[in-house]
Amino acid sequence: MDSYIPHRQRLWLYVLTGLIIVFLVLPSLIVVPMSLSGANSLIFPPKTWSLRWYEAYFSSPQWQAATWVSIKVAVLTTLLATPIGTAAAYGLYVGRFAFGTLIYGALLASLMVPVILIAIGAFFLFAQLGMVNTIPALVLCDTLLAVPFVLVTVSAGLKGYDLNQEQVARSLGAPRLKAFLTVTLPQIKGSVMAGAFFAFIIAFDEVVIAILMSGGEGATLTNLMFASLRNEIDPTIAAISSLMIMLTTLPPLIGHLIVLRRDRSRVS
Amino acid sequence: MAAATDMAGSERGGMLLHAAELEQDGRAERCRLLSLCSPGLLLTLGLLIAPIGWLFWFSVIDDAGLFTIEHYARIWTEGAYVQIFLVTFQVSILVTGICLLLGYPLAYCLSQLPTRWAGILLIGVLMPFWTSLLVRTYAWLVLLQRRGIINNVLVDLGIVDQPLRLVHNLTGTVIGMVHIMLPFLVLPLYASMRSIDGTYVRAAANLGASPVKAFFQIYLPLSMPGLVAGLVLTFILCLGFYITPAILGGGRVQMIAQRIEASVHLFPTWGPAAALGVVLLVLTIAVLLFSHWLIGRLRRRGM
Repeated sequence: MDSYIPHRQRLWLYVLTGLIIVFLVLPSLIVVPMSLSGANSLIFPPKTWSLRWYEAYFSSPQWQAATWVSIKVAVLTTLLATPIGTAAAYGLYVGRFAFGTLIYGALLASLMVPVILIAIGAFFLFAQLGMVNTIPALVLCDTLLAVPFVLVTVSAGLKGYDLNQEQVARSLGAPRLKAFLTVTLPQIKGSVMAGAFFAFIIAFDEVVIAILMSGGEGATLTNLMFASLRNEIDPTIAAISSLMIMLTTLPPLIGHLIVLRRDRSRVS
Repeated sequence: MAAATDMAGSERGGMLLHAAELEQDGRAERCRLLSLCSPGLLLTLGLLIAPIGWLFWFSVIDDAGLFTIEHYARIWTEGAYVQIFLVTFQVSILVTGICLLLGYPLAYCLSQLPTRWAGILLIGVLMPFWTSLLVRTYAWLVLLQRRGIINNVLVDLGIVDQPLRLVHNLTGTVIGMVHIMLPFLVLPLYASMRSIDGTYVRAAANLGASPVKAFFQIYLPLSMPGLVAGLVLTFILCLGFYITPAILGGGRVQMIAQRIEASVHLFPTWGPAAALGVVLLVLTIAVLLFSHWLIGRLRRRGM
């Protein structure tokens, strides 16, 4: 650390950093209190407290139907993107092809293209097939977006894994698939699960494709939220938002705690 | 004698056969491994490359199926389209510029702090990633509204007399977009700053450079490749923004992506939307190639 500039002279830097961090975390922090507001307004902080917006969400057939569509799409995307991404990561890692980086790049291409283009491209395609506003179409699009994240996480996991272990299992007569499932997979489990979690969140949070490709009965939760935010703002959104924050923060937190506990029990 | 050579020959032949088998085995093995990538590649081909090829095709044919450049001509000549491109660039440049002004000091400060403290503050930088885009957009609507918390604080402190119009306009759009893009700039920049060797700056100080001079002559050039990469990523992602301008802009900020979405519903044919899509894609690729060239130059000069 080059600390030849005294801390006092750097005070402005620390203050600025503090303010920027506040700017970054503030929106995530106000959502939960907003959802507990008793009033039908957007005043923050709320003057009275209640659970009425959660009640409104859970008792609305429209929100419930949209939530089910989103959950189905996200679960199916996870089940599709995780094996596809893991298989590609494994194939590229073990194969060490000369053109491996090219394949890797092609698989990551969907990250580079603006989502709106993927959305209208897919809309063209599925309109021809008569599949607009169907769950399979949404799942395929979301899988395209999710595979890069699984690929990157699992590739990182494989880098820390010693492939010789699988070679040993195979030289002792285990078929490749069995060797992978019983020797390799348990050791890269963490990164595969992280990839699967990413895939779920990406599919659950996806908005642009959902706006173009879903509607009516088949509308996703994000599609409905977008419409609600664009028209009149209903505090139900705050309740849904709080539930979504829980959905994205609890699994990694629990995973982290499990790892911590396991490490501690291993030490003792 | 003859029998011996014969035996040796057949043995060598057996070994050759073995080698050929091994090679064949190896080739089959590579094919199997390659086939593991095929589902992902098929998906990319079917849902990304083919539709984009189609987009190019639709953008140059008219209703009768004949070659035309009318869709591109319309973008060029109609004032409304030119306006949309200007707004898109204006917003993207503004957001990238603000991200630079906020992100560089933030990443610099984090890279100078002890790792433990930096780790805690990084949670703050990562927090937006863990909050859905729509959730954050909603939060900004609450924060920035006329009687929202930010206007209240500004009025209470006597900084302004009247509540400011902070949302449903360009200001709201830019604030929301900066919030989304800042982590994308800070994280790679922080990583590249951490790898800068502090001894260079100390050497400059030893040789008599003032802290400011040492920073601008040594530190800034060393952090340049990471900075340019982060800025380009920010700019490219801004070009394709749809959700934030649509909600926080309140219809007053029209960017390319919104226009593309509207064109799909507005026109009976694909042509206009496809042409806009192609232009957006070409712009994105052009910026990407330019940055690739620029970073390469910076790296070479850095050595």
